[in-house]
This record gives sequence, structure tokens and C-alpha cells, in this order.
Amino acid sequence: MATDGLHESETLAALRSEAEGLKGKLEEERAKLHDVELHQVAERVEALGQFVMKTRRTLKGHGNKVLCMDWCRDKRRIVSSSQDGKVIVWDSFTTNKEHAVTMPCTWVMACAYAPSGCAIACGGLDNKCSVYPLTFDKNENMAAKKRSVAMHTNYLSACSFTNSDMQILTASGDGTCALWDVESGQLLQSFHGHGADVLCLDLAPSETGNTFVSGGCDKKAMVWDMRSGQCVQAFETHESDINSVRYYPSGDAFASGSDDATCRLYDLRADREVAIYSKESIIFGASSVDFSLSGRLLFAGYNDYTINVWDVLKGARASILFGHENRVSTLRVSPDGTAFCSGSWDHTLRVWA
Amino acid sequence: MSSGPSVSALQRLVEQLKLEASVERIKVSQAAAELQQYCIQNACKDALLVGVPAGSNPFREPRSCTLL
Repeated sequence: MATDGLHESETLAALRSEAEGLKGKLEEERAKLHDVELHQVAERVEALGQFVMKTRRTLKGHGNKVLCMDWCRDKRRIVSSSQDGKVIVWDSFTTNKEHAVTMPCTWVMACAYAPSGCAIACGGLDNKCSVYPLTFDKNENMAAKKRSVAMHTNYLSACSFTNSDMQILTASGDGTCALWDVESGQLLQSFHGHGADVLCLDLAPSETGNTFVSGGCDKKAMVWDMRSGQCVQAFETHESDINSVRYYPSGDAFASGSDDATCRLYDLRADREVAIYSKESIIFGASSVDFSLSGRLLFAGYNDYTINVWDVLKGARASILFGHENRVSTLRVSPDGTAFCSGSWDHTLRVWA
Repeated sequence: MSSGPSVSALQRLVEQLKLEASVERIKVSQAAAELQQYCIQNACKDALLVGVPAGSNPFREPRSCTLL
């Protein structure tokens, strides 16, 4: 009926204007508390000394672009995945390969080590996240024990075990994140809200409770309550895709890296962006970010093959690291903070200390 | 016939925005001070920041050769 159509468009208009009004109010409330900049507060902090950070190990063996890597809690083993479908577990002290498995798909964009160190998870263009137990029995075929856990309707972009081997959190090109039970493959919770592909996620440090942050092609970073599936805070200040998100070690903030060539710091209790890490000379996207143990340094890998080291408090660049011969695609600091590892489209991984 | 978000999608958006607006916030000055405090308190344990005594970073040690 014609009157129904009219009623609906009035309701739509009313809701749209209510949404706009609420967005404006949210910005106002955030702005009221913006009394100072982080770098101003940090003026009296001692400046950073000189850095001696070099490549200490180069892990060679992938046949194509390295897309993702993760550290084992033993601070020594590393799992990495590549465009050629291979997933490799390395001993980073000796650079020896301990395990290798070939996935049935190319572009394995996500991989993660289980907290126990006894399994790894990975996935990519197969739209799934699969778990492989790690066995030291040379006669056992690793691929035979594979277990499919997560099923999305588009590529898997990121995965992470929660605090145990029993649950996995995934992010996907289908615009959602999801929490899965590893044993049964059951979907425990799904997280809807991103308007486009979700590219990254990070779990809050265990002391801070059950939340995680995700970033996507909709330029938004969203913080989620894992139990309710609700988005509790959202930030939209980047000007392009967010490729990487990582919590500050205290859990009170998180950093992001984006195709807009900036990294940003968002404080969760102030509910706003509190720092931008950028330079006019940096014009390529940041693909991957991670903090040093104290949170003072932010390591960021870029598409211009470099790694920039940022002074988180003062906002300035502390160092630039060269070495990779193609885009840096993934970067993680080791669990005890003694080193960090970067993976690149140049087929290698480098451990820096 | 209608392109763009539906009534129910907009209703969800409005509810979500109300939830986000109700978050309790603190001043940036206080938040920044606490971020800084955490850095300072943990700086001495941060090997990449301050370095560690020679020999105790396994990656900086010279590697021994193993004979196969």
C-alpha cells in the first residue's frame, strides 16, 4: 500500500537523523575530555638512547611470500605461513625447520601457535581455520591429524587461540569475527558490525578480561565483549584499511597500522585516539605492528620494505630498520620481549634483537 | 525497492550508538599519565629498549657450530 511506503521512509529518515545526532554527541563527549596530547604529557620522560638492533637470524625456506607468523610461548619456536600454501614451524635459535605442512589452498594468510606449544592453527583462501597437532614422531603425517575448526564464507584473515588450546578466535573477509570450540568445531559466538572485510584481531592481555579488538577494510577498529558478542567501543579515524591491531601491554590501549601510512594509538579509557605515528616521508601502508614489553616502543612493518620503530610516548620515530627486500607483511615481538620477528614478501623471516 | 540500510539495520545502529555513547570515559591527561607510568615501571625489563647483560640474550650470543 502506498501509505506503508510513506511510513517506512519517514521512519528511515527519523532513524537516520537520530543516528547522526548520536554520532555527533559521541564526538562531543570524547572531545570534552581531550585536554592534552600524549606527547605533551611525555615531555619530561627521558629520551630514548641509541639503538643497536640488527637481524640476528634469517629464516629461509618458504617458496613464496610470507604472510603471517606467530611465536610459541617457549620464546623460541615460530610458526609461519606463506602464499605457496606452506606452513613451517622453526626453531629460531638454530633456524632449523621442525615441522612443515602443505595446506590445500594458497594464500595462508593466518597462522597461530597454541598456548601449549603442541598445536598450530592456520587458514586463508580455504575460508577455514584448521588445527594441526604437532608431533615429533617422524613416521606420523602431520596433515593426517588436521582438524577443521572454523568455517567462514570468505577468506580467513587472522586467527588466535584464546588463553587455552580449546578456543580459537577468527577474523574473515566475510566481515565477521567468530569464536570456536576447537574440540567440536562449534561456533560459540559471532561478532557482527564491520561493514567490510575484517583484516586483523588481537586478544586483550588476560588480566584485562574477555575482550578483543579487530580492524578492517571499513577503516574501523572495534572492541568486542567476547561473552555477549557486543561491540563495546568503535574508532573510525584511519583513512584507509586497518591491517593490524595490537594491545598495549597493560591492556588499556591498542595500536593500529593502516594503508593510510600511519599507525595510531587509541586509549580505551579515554575512548579516543591519543597519538598518530606518521611522517611525510612515509607514504606506504603499515602492514603489521607490535609493542615492546614495556610499551615504550612500537615496531611497525611497512609496504616500502622497512620497519619503523616509534617512541610510543613522544610520538617520534626512534629508528628505521632495513633488510627485507620486499613488503614486510607480519611482525611480532617474542613473548619475553628479547627479540621480534618480521616476515616478508621476500620469502624470508628475520629475527631482530 | 529501497536501497541502503533497512529500518531494522538503522534501529540496530541507533542502539549501538547509544551503547557506545554511554561508555564511561576519563580525561586524556589521566589516561596518558597511566600509559606513561606503565612504560616507566616496566622499562628495566624491556630487553629491546634497554638491552640485557651480554650473554643473556640468546639471539645476540654467537652461535656455536654443530657438527653433523
